[in-house]
Amino acid sequence: MHILDVVSENVCIFAVNMENRSFVTIADHSREKIEYLLAMAREFERKPNRDLLSKHVIATLFFEPSTRTRLSFETAANRLGARVIGFADPKVTSGTKGETLKDTIMMVSNYADVIVMRHYLEGAALYASEIAPVPIINAGDGANQHPSQTLLDLYTIYQTQGTLDNLNIFLVGDLKYGRTVHSLLTAMRHFNPTFHFIAPEELAMPDSYKQYCRDQGIRYVEHQEFDADVIADADILYMTRVQRERFTDLMEYERVKDRYLLKLPMLAKARENMRILHPLPRVNEIEYAIDDDPHAYYFQQARNGLFARQAIICDALGITLEEI
Amino acid sequence: MQNKELLVAAIKNGTVIDHIPASKTFEVVNLLGLTDLKSAITIGCNLHSEKVGSKGIIKVEDKFFTDEEISRLSVVAPNAVLNIITDYTVVEKKPVIMPATLRGIVHCPNPKCICNNEPMQTIFHYNGKNHTFQCHYCNTEVTADTVKVKP
Repeated sequence: MHILDVVSENVCIFAVNMENRSFVTIADHSREKIEYLLAMAREFERKPNRDLLSKHVIATLFFEPSTRTRLSFETAANRLGARVIGFADPKVTSGTKGETLKDTIMMVSNYADVIVMRHYLEGAALYASEIAPVPIINAGDGANQHPSQTLLDLYTIYQTQGTLDNLNIFLVGDLKYGRTVHSLLTAMRHFNPTFHFIAPEELAMPDSYKQYCRDQGIRYVEHQEFDADVIADADILYMTRVQRERFTDLMEYERVKDRYLLKLPMLAKARENMRILHPLPRVNEIEYAIDDDPHAYYFQQARNGLFARQAIICDALGITLEEI
Repeated sequence: MQNKELLVAAIKNGTVIDHIPASKTFEVVNLLGLTDLKSAITIGCNLHSEKVGSKGIIKVEDKFFTDEEISRLSVVAPNAVLNIITDYTVVEKKPVIMPATLRGIVHCPNPKCICNNEPMQTIFHYNGKNHTFQCHYCNTEVTADTVKVKP
């Protein structure tokens, strides 16, 4: 057989196998798919170092700096034996010369088996996944989606509660702009949660998400107060940062900024199983004294990002739970 | 009634777009690029309509609209009807049907959406239940009242 025939045959096989394995959003994932990815993450927690990707190259394209997410993805790739190429600073890319995202993605697709990308524009990862011949993993696209954060949040909830079903999940702080709380809300729809929204009026959960809850049959309760009594029933207390720049009225910010700080005495009535999560970085919304309290779990949560991202990378490359 | 029939029958071959919301009449002229046509065009606005109260009507001689053009029309005039005229006779009444997906037609109002920053088509999904359009890329929703068609 001629060498080009062999190449052509391989290209055909490649084309046939080319289903889009990109990980762009978690909103459309079924309960089974989420549980499957969590089972993979659990395997990686049991043994993080596995020589599964020694013949693979993973590109990490960070068009917007995000040290935490990039390090987590690159560590995940390295612990799986892959080689990593890419950039952490968009100033070094041809984007500054006017190159389109499409051209950058098509160029890097020639070198890498999977592309992890962070971009400041909303929908950038979805668009990239539609044009790229290799899978795209969304490491955050503007204010839109951050699905790997959601998967690690789900994994952490499962890890701490032993289940994802029938939990009381309290979301605190900026519920208007916080993409992590929105993604968590949509991903939890399979698991019969009861949500409690605790936020100042200016940063309340948007009506579209409350409508989503009603459409999906998700129970929710809204609070403006944040004290020991309100959070006594929580299984998960998910804290987020109230950001000054989100307020049009700075007087309003000054009025509410300290109302959503978690302090140690507020945990007096908390359930034993309750765990405090935070997507990090925190500023002052969780008192440092809480770090040593058994309810605090945000640093372990960040560590789980490694296992969740190992699962995401393997799944994008078509490596199954049985194969890891 | 006599007048109305006369208006519709007055062209030999072409299309009469009827039941346009009166306030959208000139928007329809622009979005269909009718100002660039050389054939005869008659525009009627604020005409009495038993169905919608006040309507616009546009007659275009020797012009039959493509599916893409009808999709553009559907965004601003979803209840419009196209009367196809051949030899002074209405041979077909075509109601405008809103496609489930609109490509390259609707403008995304989100400046941080990828579709406003790359040389690419916009894609919007139409939700008939609440008559809104949702951007495929950034999920921004626009209502029928505020939707803008790309030039």
